[in-house]
Amino acid sequence: MSNATMSGRQSPFGRLNLRDRIRDRDTAVYGILIIVALLFPLVTIYATGGTALVSHATYAGYWVLLAIGLNVVVGFAGLLDLGYAAFFAIGAYTYALLASPQLASSPAHHALHGNFWILIFVSMMMAAIFGVVLGFPTLRLRGDYLAIVTLGFGEIVPQLFYNFDQWTGGINAIGLIDQPILPAWAQGPWSGDGDFKIVSPFSFNTDPVAYYVLICVLIAGAVILVTNLYKSRLGRAWMAIREDEVAAAAMGINTVTTKLLAFSIGASFSGFAGAYYAADVALVSPDNFLFIVSITVLVMVVLGGMGNITGVIVGALAMYYVVFYLIPGLPQNVTSLANSVGLGSLNQSSGDWPGLGEATQRLNFIIYGGILVGMMLLRPQGLLPSRVREQELKHAAVQEEEAAVEQAHA
Amino acid sequence: MSLPDYGFYILCGTAVVLLVSEAVRDPGKTAVFGLTQGAIFALVALGYTMVYGIIELINFAHGDVFTLSAYIGTSILGLFAVTEGSFTALNLITLLIIFPVVMLIMGGINVGIERVAYRPLRNAPRLAPLITAIGMSFFLEGVMFLWKGPATVHFPNILPPWTTTVAGVFFGFKDIFVIVTSAVLVALLAVFINRTKLGKAMRATAQDRDAAQLMGIDINRTISATFFIGAVLAGAGGIIYGLYYNTVYYQLGFRTGLIAFTAAVFGGIGNIPGAAIGGLIIGLTAAFSDIYIGGKWTQVVIFGILIGVLVFRPTGLLGMRVPEK
Repeated sequence: MSNATMSGRQSPFGRLNLRDRIRDRDTAVYGILIIVALLFPLVTIYATGGTALVSHATYAGYWVLLAIGLNVVVGFAGLLDLGYAAFFAIGAYTYALLASPQLASSPAHHALHGNFWILIFVSMMMAAIFGVVLGFPTLRLRGDYLAIVTLGFGEIVPQLFYNFDQWTGGINAIGLIDQPILPAWAQGPWSGDGDFKIVSPFSFNTDPVAYYVLICVLIAGAVILVTNLYKSRLGRAWMAIREDEVAAAAMGINTVTTKLLAFSIGASFSGFAGAYYAADVALVSPDNFLFIVSITVLVMVVLGGMGNITGVIVGALAMYYVVFYLIPGLPQNVTSLANSVGLGSLNQSSGDWPGLGEATQRLNFIIYGGILVGMMLLRPQGLLPSRVREQELKHAAVQEEEAAVEQAHA
Repeated sequence: MSLPDYGFYILCGTAVVLLVSEAVRDPGKTAVFGLTQGAIFALVALGYTMVYGIIELINFAHGDVFTLSAYIGTSILGLFAVTEGSFTALNLITLLIIFPVVMLIMGGINVGIERVAYRPLRNAPRLAPLITAIGMSFFLEGVMFLWKGPATVHFPNILPPWTTTVAGVFFGFKDIFVIVTSAVLVALLAVFINRTKLGKAMRATAQDRDAAQLMGIDINRTISATFFIGAVLAGAGGIIYGLYYNTVYYQLGFRTGLIAFTAAVFGGIGNIPGAAIGGLIIGLTAAFSDIYIGGKWTQVVIFGILIGVLVFRPTGLLGMRVPEK
């Protein structure tokens, strides 16, 4: 401590007390994330001349929202949910049905085109209601049994969207979903549009930057909300249930409502993200909500550090980069690398050899699986584990060690 | 007896009445087919239930171990000049070789998986081994994808093509072969668990790991043995599946694994006879649902059953009530 203040007097950087200020890891991470989020579209549009990377960042944003929501269920309340994609599907389909021409070709014969800003909350409520519907009968269950029920739910929901094809279009998916409209929007060089101008009214469909800005705002709102929840009475109740449900009940916590709130709040984030996703992609199909989605979100939460909001955000961004950018891009990168180092002959397919790019493509599953196993073996507690959890784990380990020592002596 | 118990018995009763009435209406292929696929589910479910019973891990990689055994089986069969569509002496010899070889290989692979991916995490947070299990599942699928590509893989049809009709029930040698082989394997497993020293060690470890250790049981060896036996059964299941359906697919293990896991939960997770019976019931249900409700609803029916069982009776058909830890 005294060292930090000493150097503070000497160097100009130290005078800002930066070291003290970023001692709090979370503040530092938030600071970096905000700066990156602000600079990202400017830098990428300037560097690549296109908005493809901004769209990528927007997709990453959904995953961040999903991970933040799942963290409430898994990280805070300790309820393992393996069917989280079901709520994402419910949110997306709610918006898609109420804001597209789909219902015209259904038995209802009348298309609805609701307002995005209202429907996004309707979708959120819908997902929350289904969270309660699923949560209510499963309250008696614990741990893995709960995981299995949610897994079953997650398998049923997309299948139902397939099967009720009169309403949802089934395998044909729902397309032509309405875009959000704002009364006014500012465009300028930062969004690659040249001169500054005010567009009014503004429809989102032409502009990936608008989606990017909106998702950043939504994530910021979600983070503030979840942080406050974490510090609230409800947050402490979740933590108490996570640690010991019987003891929590004995302390006067209503475990039924507390668990149901965890389920429905977690689900509502997913429904919210789902509606936004439906609007951005303008096409929803049951295939977008399979088990792999639930698993990917869970991996993001666990990898980032369960229970820690900054950890979860970092985990979601890291996993998104690996799963949706690095691995799919690998075949092409390997091919061009081989060309540039003079091994271009490897890229031709001959006999059993499918060519280097194709071979790398076939390795995708192995790489993904290997990353999951490797990361968990190296850091089972996640990239940025929650400080509280870390201490608890250490404490438990020490206790176990002591017990082992006693055992050995006895 | 509590209210949920009544709910469970009503559910079971309804299911049995429905199944029986359907079986009377169609006393033929559907029931036989259901029993056959149920026997395969049972073999896979045993691996799930044993592993869950001993280390409380949902081993997501187990379904892929099952599929991998069919892949290895078809490759080994490719080394012999087997005759497809009829039964020769060479076919019989190949069959006798392929079962023990593939079962041992799969056992070894599964022990390796446990050693690499699960053992280092035995004292880690609960979710960590679950994630590595999912990682191993992807890894094995990737290996099969890399090996034989994304298309379905043909498994030689080397069983006798003999069929008959007894009392209006149509069945073939294949059906008898699947059901008898599975029954023998389950019986062997039951004897092993109940009569041998290692089986006793496995039961003790499942009940209380620390106490078992204090009694001088080598926990790591016992858990390895559990994974070995689970994979041996899944290996046999994979070959039987290949021999019966003659086609396998690298992602087959995912859905089969989930259904087999449902069977294990239905029978009472951790309970070995429960998994066998659960497999048969789920197999029959799936077959009847395919025919009478429609194939696209089968998955909804099966997972609906899973949720119903867990909500009304989390310990399953034969499970015991265990004190909550």
